[in-house]
Amino acid sequence: MTAGDQALLDVSNLGIRLDTSRGPAQAVREVSFALRRGETLGIVGESGCGKSITALALLGLLPDSAVVSGNIRLDGRELVGLAEADYCTLRGNRISMIFQEPMTALNPMHTIGHQVAEPLLRHTGCSATEAKRQAIALLDRVGLPDPARRYDAYPHQFSGGQRQRITIAMALACKPDVLIADEPTTALDVTIQRQILDLIADLVAEQGMAMILISHDLGVIAENVQRMIVMYGGTVVESGTTDAVFSRMGHPYTQGLFRARPRLGARKGTRLATIAGTVPELADLPAGCPFADRCNLVVDACRTALPPVAEIGAGHAVRCIRTDVALTRDPVGVIA
Amino acid sequence: MVGALLCLLVLGAALLSLVWTPWSAYEIDVAAKLRPPSAAHWLGTDVLGRDIVSLLLVGARATILVGIIAVGIGLTCGVCLGLIAAAQRGWTEELIMRFSDFTFAFPAVLSAIMLAAVIGPGMVTSITAIGIFQIPVLVRVTRGSAGAIWAREFILAARAAGKGRVRITIEHVLPNILSILIVQATIQFALAILAEAALSYLGLGTQPPQPSWGRMLNDAQTLLFQSPSLAVYPGAAIALAVLGLNLLGDGLRDLLDPRLARQR
Repeated sequence: MTAGDQALLDVSNLGIRLDTSRGPAQAVREVSFALRRGETLGIVGESGCGKSITALALLGLLPDSAVVSGNIRLDGRELVGLAEADYCTLRGNRISMIFQEPMTALNPMHTIGHQVAEPLLRHTGCSATEAKRQAIALLDRVGLPDPARRYDAYPHQFSGGQRQRITIAMALACKPDVLIADEPTTALDVTIQRQILDLIADLVAEQGMAMILISHDLGVIAENVQRMIVMYGGTVVESGTTDAVFSRMGHPYTQGLFRARPRLGARKGTRLATIAGTVPELADLPAGCPFADRCNLVVDACRTALPPVAEIGAGHAVRCIRTDVALTRDPVGVIA
Repeated sequence: MVGALLCLLVLGAALLSLVWTPWSAYEIDVAAKLRPPSAAHWLGTDVLGRDIVSLLLVGARATILVGIIAVGIGLTCGVCLGLIAAAQRGWTEELIMRFSDFTFAFPAVLSAIMLAAVIGPGMVTSITAIGIFQIPVLVRVTRGSAGAIWAREFILAARAAGKGRVRITIEHVLPNILSILIVQATIQFALAILAEAALSYLGLGTQPPQPSWGRMLNDAQTLLFQSPSLAVYPGAAIALAVLGLNLLGDGLRDLLDPRLARQR
């Protein structure tokens, strides 16, 4: 691997063990992915599949009781087990995050200007006036109207979409190398979603950041990222370039997820497809494939051990032993 | 507004008593005991012939001193410990909370008796005992409300922005629980005034002839049927001071909260 080819963020064999009220739970197992500078990666999955936990692990923000195994490397530097003080210098500076809920992600007691200028003061060591100037420029860039006048306004005086713009400005203040967007548009009106996603995409391209976009919405993933991983039951079941995965879904879960999305123009009276069953509890995940209980292609071998990762195309991998059959099924892989 | 005025009134009375009182609060005139209100004695005299107005003015000093210092001790120690417990979790939190449970198990009277045995009865004893008595309550209130703030998403966002626990505690947690603490502090202030009265009654607090509202109230208790007005004046003074503090606390809370401040 040459220096230019070196992954900016390299996650290998990540495992996260959480203490829950029902005992220890393996929330994430054998998750691996790499992200190069300027690259965008999507993580798709249902609630509780481990996507947000993975994101928090990248930032070192898991609860103290969580046990992390495997490696997370940023520019070759190991982040697993990094001291809290060292992590503080990375967060917000080299890796930052946009949260799902803009209504609660801002401190109601501080002005928005203060909250955007804060990371600048902290990480870049610039003067207060310089931080204010940059913060106003940032707020202007994220499309907040009249930022100089509204610099001293409080979060409750803004709408949800405006607040998400403010949290984006906060996350981007120090021009991080990696931006993690955890369902950044889930809490917003549909009309605002596109604007916010476009804004994030523009900023990512503009600053040459790498981005991890977490979503349960296949449409959002399809339009916004170059590569994607599909997570289920705490593990990666399929990964590859967005085009490859959408044109040739190799895992029964990905196929099910795709079939289950609501579509415009569907015939009246057609029922929305669902995946039978529910997501397994993290505390009692099966030893084998986590999807086995809901999969209609299941065979006994699926339940004995976690299936190995199999390549089914260039950089397109699937963790399933029934891929051959899955690929021959009805052509759900064609984007409707 | 009203709260601030009432508090200023009490403070003014205490300050005024330093330079002027209508009569001496320490001069006993048994011949003139239990007089009804008159031009000379506006509110009458007590069982020892002391002027009630003068006693009230001087008594305000003890009340304010005990209240401010005891609540100050309670707030400083209680809030610090509560914030540390909420920020550190784990065994630190466990240690602090068990320690405060332990302190909580001792009533103020009991700790005052123990302290009096060591350093003798007096104002310092009652202030210290009441102050210690305040700590566990404030630890609990602080830990509880700070814990709720720590679970909020903006704290996660602040951590994602690279802030450490100390900075988050000072910049994000404290401002958000300030209103709760202010209200709690005014309640604690009222409790401190009452506790001071109780300790003075037991002879562990303010020593005679030093007057305090609590001592006046307890002196009046034995004469409740002959001269009920003797209990009314210090009682009303305590009630007004407590009411003023509560109103002031409410007002300060509204003033400090940007969400409420903009609505007015």
